[in-house]
Amino acid sequence: MTITEKILAEHAGRREVAPGELINARVDVVLANDITAPIAIKEFARIGAERVFDPDRVVLIPDHFAPQKDIKAAEQCKMLKEFSKAHHLGHYFEVGRMGIEHALLPEQGLVVPGDLVIGADSHTCTYGALGAFSTGVGSTDVAAAMATGECWFRVPESMRFIYYGTLRRWVGGKDLILHTIGDIGVDGALYRAMEFEGETIRSLPMHGRLTICNMAIEAGGKSGIIVPDAVTEAYVKGRARRGYRLYSSDPDAVYVDTREYDCSRIEPLVACPHLPSNVRPARELTHVSIDQVVIGSCTNGRLQDLRDAAEVIRGRKVHPDVRMIVIPATQQIYREAMKEGLFEVFIDAEAVVSTPTCGPCLGGHMGILAKGERAVATTNRNFVGRMGHPDSEVYLSNPAVAAASAVLGRIGLPEEIGR
Amino acid sequence: MVIKGRAWRFGADIDTDSIIPARYLNTSDPQELARHVMEDADPEFPKKVRPGDIIVADKNFGCGSSREHAPIAIKAAGIQAVVARSFARIFYRNAFNIGLPIFESAEGADGIREGDIIEIDADSGVIRNLTRGEEYRAEPIPPFMQELIETGGLIEWTRRRIQAAGRQ
Repeated sequence: MTITEKILAEHAGRREVAPGELINARVDVVLANDITAPIAIKEFARIGAERVFDPDRVVLIPDHFAPQKDIKAAEQCKMLKEFSKAHHLGHYFEVGRMGIEHALLPEQGLVVPGDLVIGADSHTCTYGALGAFSTGVGSTDVAAAMATGECWFRVPESMRFIYYGTLRRWVGGKDLILHTIGDIGVDGALYRAMEFEGETIRSLPMHGRLTICNMAIEAGGKSGIIVPDAVTEAYVKGRARRGYRLYSSDPDAVYVDTREYDCSRIEPLVACPHLPSNVRPARELTHVSIDQVVIGSCTNGRLQDLRDAAEVIRGRKVHPDVRMIVIPATQQIYREAMKEGLFEVFIDAEAVVSTPTCGPCLGGHMGILAKGERAVATTNRNFVGRMGHPDSEVYLSNPAVAAASAVLGRIGLPEEIGR
Repeated sequence: MVIKGRAWRFGADIDTDSIIPARYLNTSDPQELARHVMEDADPEFPKKVRPGDIIVADKNFGCGSSREHAPIAIKAAGIQAVVARSFARIFYRNAFNIGLPIFESAEGADGIREGDIIEIDADSGVIRNLTRGEEYRAEPIPPFMQELIETGGLIEWTRRRIQAAGRQ
């Protein structure tokens, strides 16, 4: 069996499962945010359950439109708070403690290797980087799981991606996943589990692995997963709030497709409007002028992402035509970035640093695009109207390319400003 | 169950941001969401669509976010069903969970044009195009999904399960 099949089998109380089977499985964590939890809370009431299955395993995080951007958003966030109090939830994160959910859960050790996690947010697939099975579902699924601690799944077929070769300077997890999505398309892994492996993955730090699994959904994947190793264990030790179990795929595990990539040939990439699969080398796009740069999100708002951006922009100024918005993904990342002096680098460059929020990534707040405006963002989607006006455009890149583009006022590479 | 209505055509990879843009997600009120349904794919759509209409699209309909607001907006606008070459998986789950009938049909995606009147026999999986006199096959709905629909959606299904467990 694959790692995915083993985790699903264990949680379904079975010795084995096969792709295509429908199972009912126990979930370790159920997650929702200020957009999706309000519907889940209303549906939960309809079920007639008196309490949630386990108050320590239901996690509610107001992160999308928080800090509360308007009255309606505030009403939605209030529902999370009231539900959390009524059901004595152990993991409700108010502004000041919260962070972007998919950065916060791994950081706080709330998700551990071997878990089965569902979240009413499509980027729940991020936790595959820890060797967990995790997938996005809707609010109604979350409502049912909050009541029963279970969820139904169709066991996915697995697709294997093998990465080898040494990464070039300024190439990271973001470029590997953009390359992959560019190769297979936005539905190339539809209904499937994407298993990432190979020497390049084994030498990739945890932040890069989280970025890769985060964007599995952008290829239509049900989940992304990386078999845990020493890097995973080093990250999880000292964080995990529960015991964990390390699964791996058997040598005779079955994959419906295997792709191999020579990473030494991958250069910094950009996904052009309006699909994440519309990928081109950044060097071919130096004619594209921009109005905004966003460094943040569940994809690339972690400490190392901020370090990369700071390293590129240190001592330089953001182009006069550009606004640059840096959004540390969690309070802990915010504090560490501040301690390391990264904020000084950004402020000296005339960028702003925001409180943690999903904010502009989904066109919520904190950096919305006007008609005709263009952004380079380290986020995950570039659909029509994603960051604002339907006639605006989003180009997706890694943090170093985004920072270089902020200085240049157009899409560009760190090398162009001597980095 | 037989569903008959007028078809609106959309292309491939219609994402949930196009179905219901995030700028409207500070509410979950179905009627408010319905006023903006498909707005970023066709700004005139909320004005043009009539109760009973059917959306027909190409591959990967509903890709992107997990927002249940997408099928809710479609259903609240009075759209009876969605036919597509394929659906993104979270949208697929959400549609069944909230009781929006959806049908995977490559033949339908190829043959149906905007404005065609189509009739879907949900039990047999046959889609008849009354305008063109054609017939298309839809993928059969898996037994478990059928059970969900017959029970009235996931919430009712779960409610009954909890009740049954309580009685034991």
